[in-house]
Amino acid sequence: MLKDITIGQFFPGKSIIHRLDSRFKIILDVAYVVMLFIAGNFYSLALAGVFMVFVYLLSGISFKLIFKSLKPILPIILITCLLNLFFISGEGEPLVQLGFIHIYMEGITTSIFMTVRIIFLIVGMSLLTYTTSPIALTDAIERLFSPLKKLHFPVHELAMMMTIALRFIPTLIEETDKIMSAQKARGANLDTGGLIKKAKALIPVLIPLFVSAFKRANELALAMECRCYRGGDGRTRMKQLKSGVKDYIALIITAAMFAAVILLNIYIPIFGL
Amino acid sequence: MNEIIKTENLVFEYTVFDENGEETGKNRVLKDITLQIEEGSFVAVLGHNGSGKSTLAKHFNGILVPTSGSVLIDGIDSTDESRIFDIRQTVGMVFQNPDNQIVATIVEEDVAFALENLGVPPDEIRRRVDEALKTVDMYEYREHAPHQLSGGQKQRVAVAGIIAMRPRCIVMDEPTAMLDPKGRKEIMATIKTLNKEHGITVVLITHYMEEAAQADRVVVIDKGEILLDDVPKKIFSQVELLKSVGLDVPQATELMYELKKSGVDAPQDIIDENECADYLYKLLTEQK
Repeated sequence: MLKDITIGQFFPGKSIIHRLDSRFKIILDVAYVVMLFIAGNFYSLALAGVFMVFVYLLSGISFKLIFKSLKPILPIILITCLLNLFFISGEGEPLVQLGFIHIYMEGITTSIFMTVRIIFLIVGMSLLTYTTSPIALTDAIERLFSPLKKLHFPVHELAMMMTIALRFIPTLIEETDKIMSAQKARGANLDTGGLIKKAKALIPVLIPLFVSAFKRANELALAMECRCYRGGDGRTRMKQLKSGVKDYIALIITAAMFAAVILLNIYIPIFGL
Repeated sequence: MNEIIKTENLVFEYTVFDENGEETGKNRVLKDITLQIEEGSFVAVLGHNGSGKSTLAKHFNGILVPTSGSVLIDGIDSTDESRIFDIRQTVGMVFQNPDNQIVATIVEEDVAFALENLGVPPDEIRRRVDEALKTVDMYEYREHAPHQLSGGQKQRVAVAGIIAMRPRCIVMDEPTAMLDPKGRKEIMATIKTLNKEHGITVVLITHYMEEAAQADRVVVIDKGEILLDDVPKKIFSQVELLKSVGLDVPQATELMYELKKSGVDAPQDIIDENECADYLYKLLTEQK
């Protein structure tokens, strides 16, 4: 069950999207999110959607994954949908009136609009982690934030922490499985009972896990010192991030889409909003 | 031959505190150790749990510094803070648990870690990483994630991460203790390649007799002191002394010892299984 976590999963591949400079990918992903929020009508939103599908096709990531990534946030989507449906009031007569529930035409359109926007948002953001290895991602973050070093912001340290956290996720998951089995073998009951009982039952799993994590941290620090680790100053990297023509093309395409969304907003009357 | 590691009257102790944080005394882990390790040799340090062998190993690259006495690494005093990175580059260290030494999420990135810390240019890093991975025979796994590898493979990656720095000496602190027999064999083969083909000095801390028997020289540590220091054959022939300090002898030696006790005039310097088999064969065919 612990192995089913899909957040931030990476699917190695050789597509053009995989090969884009990770720094550009992060920036373009942020631009895409902004684009979604600027999109004020269904036409511009649809354009953003088409763009997303296009990028997915290029990346070769299967569409099945889209549904998989949406599954955990289904409750959030539903709540947004319902809240908008019931609480947006419009002009004229409500379409449905049942006691305190009033549904207006505007409510329906806004609710659909918001739902689609959230879905696009999640699906678009997941593409970044699907196509970028964690190490490339931390590298890109370190580089993008490096100007903050002048303000004494510990950029390198943060990136190092992220790398180590990523490195130890599988190790710690394996260890948790082992500890759970060991506690079950001693008669611990981890699977039944209410929420509170289950949470309490996890204490004998968490304590040994913490103890071992601290031990590991201690040993890792020692091993890093033996390999002459001394922080980010004067460090070089084996794999240099290199931006090329394809990255600038991607940038231009995204910028064009951005402009198109803004134009659609201006020239086509805004629905509902 | 010159000495890569030289300790003189090395003493290490730490202060013991009780639950209230009061000082209750000092624990002397190493007492007066004087030892020289020649460049290019393969030395095994043998000792029971708590004998101080790991503590001694941590002095060899300046992780710990002596309470009194001195440790010289290639002539540099280990207390010289300004040259600590020279020391660590000269003497690399591999630990027991391979999982806790691997920093990066991809094998080749991990091997590059030390070189990146040292500020080596990218092309040079690439070359040395490939070379190190080929030396430990892990080149085809260079793009794997560490958790996809077996224990022995992970430990070889850890070794590659050290040899990429091109150290002149590697100290291994029980590198096989957490591995299965197959992984243990792989690591021993790697150690031998490093020592014989690449001329790297190896100090192997272990409590496996069979591993120590493969070294050129064995140093037995007990209660923080050097008990014996000689070639393996001479060490393991002292079966009673070794047993009195809680150590075993290789099975072949044990057999010879028992044979002698029961009246057969068996040689006491056999430490190798093949040698033992040859002797037994000769003994049995002659008796007929």
